[in-house]
Amino acid sequence: MKKYIFKRCLYMVFTLFIVITITFFLMKAVPGDPLTKMAKNLPEQTKANFYAKYDLDKPVFNQYIKYMGNLVHLDLGESVVYAGRSISETISTTSLVSASVGSIALVIGMTIGIVLGIVAALKKNRWPDYIVMIIAILGITIPVFVLASLFQYVFAVKMNVLPASGWGEARHFVLPIIVLGFGPIATYSRYLKSSMLDTLDQDYILTARAKGLSERKIISKHVLKNSIIPVVTIFASSVVGIFTGAFIIERMFSIPGIGFYFIDSVNNNDYTMILGTTIFYAALFIVMQLLVDIVYVIIDPRIKSSIMK
Amino acid sequence: MEKILSVENLRVSFNTYAGEVRAVRGVDFNLHAGETLAFVGESGCGKTVTAKAIMRLLKEDIADIKKDSKIIYKGKDVLKMSKKELQAYRGDEVGMIFQDPMSSLNPTMTCGNQIMESLILHRDLDKKEARQEALKMLKLVKIPDAEKRLDSYPHELSGGMRQRIMIAIALACNPSVLIADEPTTALDVTIQAQIMDLLNELKHELNMAIILVTHDLGVVANFADKIQVMYAGQVIERGTIDEIFSAPKHPYTWALLKSVPKLSNENKQELYALEGTPPDLILPLKHCPFAKRCKYGMKICHEIMPDATNMTGSHEVSCWLMHPDAPKIEADFHEEVK
Amino acid sequence: MQSTENIKKKNDYLNKNSFDIVGVEDDFQEISRPRVSYYKDAWRRFKQNKVALFALFILFALIIFVVVPPILSSTTFNQIDKLSRNLKPCSDHLFGTDKLGRDLLLRVAVGGRVSIVIGIAGAFITSILGCIYGGISAYFGGRVDDIMMRIVEILICIPYLIIVILMSLILKSESIGTLILAMTITGWCGVARLVRGQILQIKSEEYILAAKAMGVSSFRIVTKYMIPNVIGIVIVQITFAIPGYIFGEAFLSYIGLGIQSPGTSWGALASSAQPMLAYHPYQLFFPSLMIALTMLSFTLVGDGLRDALDPKMRK
Repeated sequence: MKKYIFKRCLYMVFTLFIVITITFFLMKAVPGDPLTKMAKNLPEQTKANFYAKYDLDKPVFNQYIKYMGNLVHLDLGESVVYAGRSISETISTTSLVSASVGSIALVIGMTIGIVLGIVAALKKNRWPDYIVMIIAILGITIPVFVLASLFQYVFAVKMNVLPASGWGEARHFVLPIIVLGFGPIATYSRYLKSSMLDTLDQDYILTARAKGLSERKIISKHVLKNSIIPVVTIFASSVVGIFTGAFIIERMFSIPGIGFYFIDSVNNNDYTMILGTTIFYAALFIVMQLLVDIVYVIIDPRIKSSIMK
Repeated sequence: MEKILSVENLRVSFNTYAGEVRAVRGVDFNLHAGETLAFVGESGCGKTVTAKAIMRLLKEDIADIKKDSKIIYKGKDVLKMSKKELQAYRGDEVGMIFQDPMSSLNPTMTCGNQIMESLILHRDLDKKEARQEALKMLKLVKIPDAEKRLDSYPHELSGGMRQRIMIAIALACNPSVLIADEPTTALDVTIQAQIMDLLNELKHELNMAIILVTHDLGVVANFADKIQVMYAGQVIERGTIDEIFSAPKHPYTWALLKSVPKLSNENKQELYALEGTPPDLILPLKHCPFAKRCKYGMKICHEIMPDATNMTGSHEVSCWLMHPDAPKIEADFHEEVK
Repeated sequence: MQSTENIKKKNDYLNKNSFDIVGVEDDFQEISRPRVSYYKDAWRRFKQNKVALFALFILFALIIFVVVPPILSSTTFNQIDKLSRNLKPCSDHLFGTDKLGRDLLLRVAVGGRVSIVIGIAGAFITSILGCIYGGISAYFGGRVDDIMMRIVEILICIPYLIIVILMSLILKSESIGTLILAMTITGWCGVARLVRGQILQIKSEEYILAAKAMGVSSFRIVTKYMIPNVIGIVIVQITFAIPGYIFGEAFLSYIGLGIQSPGTSWGALASSAQPMLAYHPYQLFFPSLMIALTMLSFTLVGDGLRDALDPKMRK
């Protein structure tokens, strides 16, 4: 078991390394260099100083080595647009903001989604099923910014009960979490419903019935556990979904999260910031995958056995 | 021997997109305490549906058990039981084992827990006591290393072992009837023999009635007391094992007996196979369902259903050949079966 | 068991010929139910799904909407009319006008062309690429499969949207072409994995083994056995991918990387209407409605297709 985890960690580091390298060279492929705009009107000497500061006067490969070296110390350099602002620091503060909104939305959304999915499966083809499926379809197909605009319009503009944007107080959390939570609710309810229906069709459920177990016991002891295991597979992608949604949510609700700064840096051509944030996201995603794999091994005895062999 | 199970005029239909499929068309039989009754027939003849109906395990939204069907267990009509009565009936009075032990066991629950579940439910034992009982059951079904096996998962065991676990689960509460639906079909021949031997021992030890559903007459030979041969949802012949094996009267039974490969067969002799296929059960079939494939089919066989003729108290045949005016046909299977 | 009525009826049948032996009937091989081909059956099941049919109808209506009005209209979507700025929906302008007086209905229609084209093109390209890649990987198996899948695994790790954003920056996407390129560069990975998994599963199925044992050529195995079994999944995948790409384009426009003027798309329209939500909500409403409607319809049709093509659902 430990060997397996160790192997996967190594693999993760390797993947991360490749991803960072690819991203670094991709960024260097963007036409022009980061400082052209800013440096247009500067005197030669100042320009040279700036270039030296950001190592842009050295060959690309050297820049790469230096960058990787700094990376080990978790130093992502400085922003080219806001001179002096440390990228690592920015990332750590803003990611906390995003994480707070995102994780609450994910947990609440997941829980509601799972419960709704179970209800839909048990009351298949009756009205609770239809309602849940409608909510799910709406959650999946209505784009995040439409949903956000709708909520802002209804609750902030028309009813004036919640702030349309801003950050700092508890009430600023409400709308963003509701909007972000729709996605997980939709995804998990659909997935869990189909997983439960699959499980209910299995032969061992017939065996359980033949033992004389009540429907309730069958659901709680046999169906649920076996239905939830496959749900773990979509956890990683639902986290990604939260991040995607977060880009838009943070912009629309003016939340100072990492998504907001990422978009900002894209619009400002703040190359070092873009690079730094991309690496952060990639690393996050890769670690998430690893965690999911490990959880999978822990909860499914079949996989555990095949790993042990 | 007292009669513990009595099935009368069981008719089951399935509603499909193509129409109503009448899978079971008026099946009757009686089962006595300690007796072993075998349902024999090709795939699709209705034997599994009948077996599942006895425990009311058919899916309610697609299976339709007709109103005048009766399944009487120890005086009570199973089809009219309330939910509570049904739950007390299943597992405690009647147990069932299924064809594929791998898919019939919960993959994420230990074998021990799956046995204990039954015990805790019906016998009101606590976990410790249940575990002891479960251990006893494992030893009863002759699983080696029983203590360790209690905590194993189904996928860690071989096919034969899994089937023994299934048997342990079904017998945990000492039911009066065990229904075995093709218990050996998914297993190797040698394991088949082991499982059948085990069942034989257990039925004597526990004085349990068994309903064995199978398409393999070879498995029935040293095991059952009575046989009922089914075809197209009906019982076409029934009798004791002696009556069926030495004096069968229905041409279909002859065909079944002929198709059992015998060691005495000559090397190059072709295996006997009955031509044709059973009729589509969507058709109403007002005549003998076997008529089309029957070598001895007569005009009347294609027109109307034969009555059940009672030869002796236990031997019954539904065939027009039994009619006094019909030609006398000698059973043609003796040539090969000796 | 038999009533006297039945017994009487039976006796009616008896005549002197009744017991003549007729023997086996020759047509015992007849099958009473009509054979239904897989696709016909799937289409029948799809038709039964009222929701999916309705969604299909909406899609057709949408396509007509994006094609017809700009052709019929006397004005163009770009026509600036300073006198008619920010008008609410009225008889002259059914969707109202934007801040430069341009008719919104026309803009939404033209924008729709771009969004839908990007959606369909993106979905098709990635699905076909993914199919080919996954198919090759699964067909050859072994080391080839290992290496190809490692590459895919690494590519998948980079968040899709990040790649899209980076690509847009690098390619300075101004045209639809570069935008589609940016979006499809890693989009095919998911499809590749799906197709590969499907083909690997089929490869190990017994009917393939049986076909090989019968001597069926590799080519026939691929075309008659593998492809038909994968096509269903791929079609469903494409249908589900389209809303994703429409959304992707809208998202990019939202952060300023999508279609630039004078071109327009639903995303671009939504993006520019956002700041004025409180005053002119209708400007955001119509493009958003179109996006939502299109995504919804494709998803429902995809659901219907998936249910119809799933052989396990045959009852």
